[in-house]
Amino acid sequence: MQASVPPLRQRATLIVGAMLAFSIATLLFAGMTGSIRVPLDEIPDALRQLASGQPDSLSASLLELRVSRALVAFATGGGLALAGLMMQALLRNPLADPYVLGVSSGASVGALLALLLMASTLMVDAAALAGAIGVAVLLYLLARRDLRSGQAAEGGASMLLLTGVIVSALCSSVVTLMLSIAPEGRLRSMIFWLIGDLAGAPLRLLPWLILAGCLLYAMRNARAMNMVALHAENAVTLGVRVGALRKGLFFVSALLTASAVTSAGSIGFVGLIVPHACRFAFGPDHRVLIPAVVLAGGAFLVLCDTLARTIIAPQQLPVGAITAMIGAPVFLYQLHRLRK
Amino acid sequence: MNSISTHDLRLSIGQRILVQGLDWTAQAGECWSIIGRNGAGKSTLLRTLAGLQRPNGGSVQVNGRAVADWPLTELARERAFLAQSRHDAFAYTVLESVLSARHPYHANRYWEGSDDHQAALLALASMEVDDLAARDVRTLSGGERQRVAIAALLAQQTPLLLLDEPANALDLAHQVSVMGLLARLCREQNRTVVMIGHDLNLASRISTHALLLMGDGRWTAGPNDQIMRPALLGDYLGHPIDMIEHEGRRIFIPKEGSA
Repeated sequence: MQASVPPLRQRATLIVGAMLAFSIATLLFAGMTGSIRVPLDEIPDALRQLASGQPDSLSASLLELRVSRALVAFATGGGLALAGLMMQALLRNPLADPYVLGVSSGASVGALLALLLMASTLMVDAAALAGAIGVAVLLYLLARRDLRSGQAAEGGASMLLLTGVIVSALCSSVVTLMLSIAPEGRLRSMIFWLIGDLAGAPLRLLPWLILAGCLLYAMRNARAMNMVALHAENAVTLGVRVGALRKGLFFVSALLTASAVTSAGSIGFVGLIVPHACRFAFGPDHRVLIPAVVLAGGAFLVLCDTLARTIIAPQQLPVGAITAMIGAPVFLYQLHRLRK
Repeated sequence: MNSISTHDLRLSIGQRILVQGLDWTAQAGECWSIIGRNGAGKSTLLRTLAGLQRPNGGSVQVNGRAVADWPLTELARERAFLAQSRHDAFAYTVLESVLSARHPYHANRYWEGSDDHQAALLALASMEVDDLAARDVRTLSGGERQRVAIAALLAQQTPLLLLDEPANALDLAHQVSVMGLLARLCREQNRTVVMIGHDLNLASRISTHALLLMGDGRWTAGPNDQIMRPALLGDYLGHPIDMIEHEGRRIFIPKEGSA
């Protein structure tokens, strides 16, 4: 018998390298595309101007505008996809997404309340963040025992799921209530926030730092995530601290979700579709999936946002409308294949 | 020397006491069968021995050291646990699922080494599932999945093996070969095996010792020739049992019901 070691490492490097190249290509594509096209041969010059901090030419300023929006989209998409992947590993359910536990519903309640009260943009963001964190803490308190104990009764994670779904339903009803009493003038901004919109989302450093930190945490725990995905509670007998890992996955994915919805509203489907599609393409090994999912999620949202602002230009669509439109058929197709 | 023991162990579910005052030791080279009715606390006991569950009283020691005091990774190199059932949510391959049992040896490596692959392939071959290595675990039959799970247990290469119904879903030939393999591990490699099973004939052939659980706190433990007696077994299993000798082997059969 020959012990042929499958070149896992090379395969992973190849996949991540290809995804990285693709991601950069989508960023460039987003920079070039719009009502005024930036031709490819002007890109190097424009990039040089941007690097020196002096965007003088039209191409350079267009590129700056578009690429910074694309970078927001990238961090949002990558974060949502990673949060979805972690949630799926935590709940051992490939149909979970970052919103399943209601973290985004909490953000919606906060943001819509702020919009209803005509607060400033900054206040809306802060209220969304507070709502997301509030729900995460509430959930943790309710389901703490199931999360913490590695030796929880079978189905400990499904208690968390049930609790999350109920909290989420409660938040949704509050959202509906606010929408029904909101005056006409504010409805549009509230609806756009709910769908998820990147127009006017400022490029900030913090979401990128959060994404980088969470990615680091995920990579360090990639092997343990495989263990929990395979063996659930019994991973304890293989030396995995299941309780601590579950707690970590819960809080890290809640943080990622809160960060994403705070800057762009609750964009749907990225957190469900992207981990799914990557698992189909590359297999369930989290050591490959984690970097792949972040890059794929980022690139997917950059493409969707580019479509959203060009498809019926000069009118801009909220990006959330596009992700669901592309995401839903893909998801249905995958569900169908799962059943077969 | 590898051993697992309990001291004054008490297990209960809700108000019901399952096991009371269990003082018991399994030494190296011994193969124990845990026998009892449904709900008598066999799996609860095994999960407690594995450290998955805290006892309601008393303690469990592995190699003389309380289970709770072991670092998880070190303990995972001492004892392996086969769960009664498993639910596969993701499309891992058979090889990946067996490689996962090498986790306690990886320390901080991101990828497995060739030694891990060697151990995994050997374990797969010993369970005659090496041809399934690339298959999705969710597409396996019940018996194949069980053999893959046992292969993972073997790949963990621990001196102490805890198995919850290893013969579950296996066909006759594989029941015999898996049990034979476990007996050989005890005899030739001085490992300790503790398993739950419902087949008295397999248990009496393979095991050296038996632990009977009544489910109301009572228990009886000892070497096979003291425990594997029809009257005692019938008492613990709640059905009269006959024993016949056939070619030097003891065969246990349930008596025909009079009702």
